[in-house]
Amino acid sequence: MNQFGNAVARSESQILSTNKLIKNTYILLSMTLLFSAGIAGVAMVMNVPPLGFLVTLVGYIGLLFLTAKLRNSVWGLVSVFAFTGFMGLTLGPIINLYLNTFANGDQLVMTAMGGTGIIFLSLSGYALTTRKDFSFMGGFLLTGIMVMLGAVILSMFVNIPGLQLAISAVVVLLMSGFILYDTSRMVNGGETNYIMATVSLYINIYMLFTHLLHLLGAFAGED
Amino acid sequence: MDWEKILSAIILGGLILFLYPRMRKEAKDAPKGTADDWKGVLFPLLGVVLFIVFLIMMAKS
Repeated sequence: MNQFGNAVARSESQILSTNKLIKNTYILLSMTLLFSAGIAGVAMVMNVPPLGFLVTLVGYIGLLFLTAKLRNSVWGLVSVFAFTGFMGLTLGPIINLYLNTFANGDQLVMTAMGGTGIIFLSLSGYALTTRKDFSFMGGFLLTGIMVMLGAVILSMFVNIPGLQLAISAVVVLLMSGFILYDTSRMVNGGETNYIMATVSLYINIYMLFTHLLHLLGAFAGED
Repeated sequence: MDWEKILSAIILGGLILFLYPRMRKEAKDAPKGTADDWKGVLFPLLGVVLFIVFLIMMAKS
């Protein structure tokens, strides 16, 4: 009887900690998205030039590793805002480029933004409500990311028509899979740190938005 | 071919090497998905594909 009582208490505490993790993650995700959007807005107004692929890559990887290193301290919060602020800074010039290149640029940007929001809320909501365990996708998704990184390297040196579009289409599908995977990791105890859970979901949303925007620009952009 | 491209490619290659052991571990340790598990993934992803086609058609019109 005592053992049964202990098991129930442990199970209740697990549910409470999972709920707390989900709540903290979505609060921090909302705050970082707003912060990132604010920085992107400032970068757009100030006409900040594109940072370049190398600077973006180094900043992205550096701040990502820093956040992972500091994830268990209060400095992790500072780092996650630095990371998402930097990503916002890279996003501003991209959005400006679409607004200036395409006649329907504002429509493309708003469609990509709305589409990203709907896809994220639907998939994350699906994983949250069904509480399915998507951990079996881990190897598949990581393999996909590695193949994509290889394709990005290839596209830098070889001009293959349609490769960039193919990369964007696959990244959109991979990020959709990652939204299911990362949300399910929170629900099923695979991720217990809300800072890392936030960073994972933020990256999914950022990549989904930029590559959806690329697809929309390619297929529905008007000169 | 400029140095920035080469340096970026080296960093991306390093990232692949960094991710490779994790991918191997995930592939080995993660539970194997059943046909039903994969169906639970494929249907939402199919929904995403259809939704994106809809967005493109909407943006075109």
